[in-house]
Amino acid sequence: MYIAVTIAILVTMGLALARALMGPTVYDRIAAVNMFGTKTVLLIAVFALFSGRTDLLDIALVYALINFIGVIAVLRLVEHGDFHSNPESRAKQDKQGSE
Amino acid sequence: MIDILINVTLLAFLATTAVAMARMTNLFAIIMLFGIFSLLSAGLFVVMDAADVAFTEAAVGAGISTVLMLATLALTKDHQEKRPLGHRPWLPLGVVTITGAALVYGTMDISSFGDPLAPPQTHVAPYYIEQSMADTGVPNMVTAVLASYRGFDTLGEVAVVFTAGVAVLILLGGRRKKQRLEIEEGGNRDA
Repeated sequence: MYIAVTIAILVTMGLALARALMGPTVYDRIAAVNMFGTKTVLLIAVFALFSGRTDLLDIALVYALINFIGVIAVLRLVEHGDFHSNPESRAKQDKQGSE
Repeated sequence: MIDILINVTLLAFLATTAVAMARMTNLFAIIMLFGIFSLLSAGLFVVMDAADVAFTEAAVGAGISTVLMLATLALTKDHQEKRPLGHRPWLPLGVVTITGAALVYGTMDISSFGDPLAPPQTHVAPYYIEQSMADTGVPNMVTAVLASYRGFDTLGEVAVVFTAGVAVLILLGGRRKKQRLEIEEGGNRDA
């Protein structure tokens, strides 16, 4: 049972990693990292139950918080910063520069 | 069984991520992969029963440093150019291979994982385990070592981290205020 759950989580992690590697847009990669963090939380929770070290569940909860805050911070920066991958924002910036 | 499965898969993911980071040119994607790399190593630390190290890795590696690197990327402009290598990579490759081989040779002397007779377990650890409560009155052994036995060391670390944080805030905050002033001046000129 635990092995099946672990394999399922690891396969999902692999899929998220593949999306982070290939992902054509910025948002694909952000979603992939967020999902990878969620899978890490799940993996730690399964491992905690399997190995009987239930104190690891606290760590999993803290991971979920860090993941959430981190993605919010990344999204804010993407909204306000220019990451050279969005042609529209670059054109806008060039226009501002020429004015 | 599950330990081995998790270890092998996570290490394979770790290697994939590292190679991909080395070969990519999209800086934003590389920073996102840094976050994944940090989460992977944190998962490995948890499996190796080092929950506090894993916690630090996730908070600093996946949280703060990703945000700091993204902030840096947002402030700097894209100056990278794809130009052909001017030299052959054989010399660096040879140096890296020899260094890696020496390090792998060095790991052969490391005692096996969880060995109770390993030098780190027999040197000062028994003293801390037996005496830390009587010496310091702190129930948590890690806290007793960090905050009492090595209190001055920790104080120095805190000073270093504080200085680094202040420096980063000066660099980021000063730049942003200047930009805002420039925008305001531009607006006034238009009016």
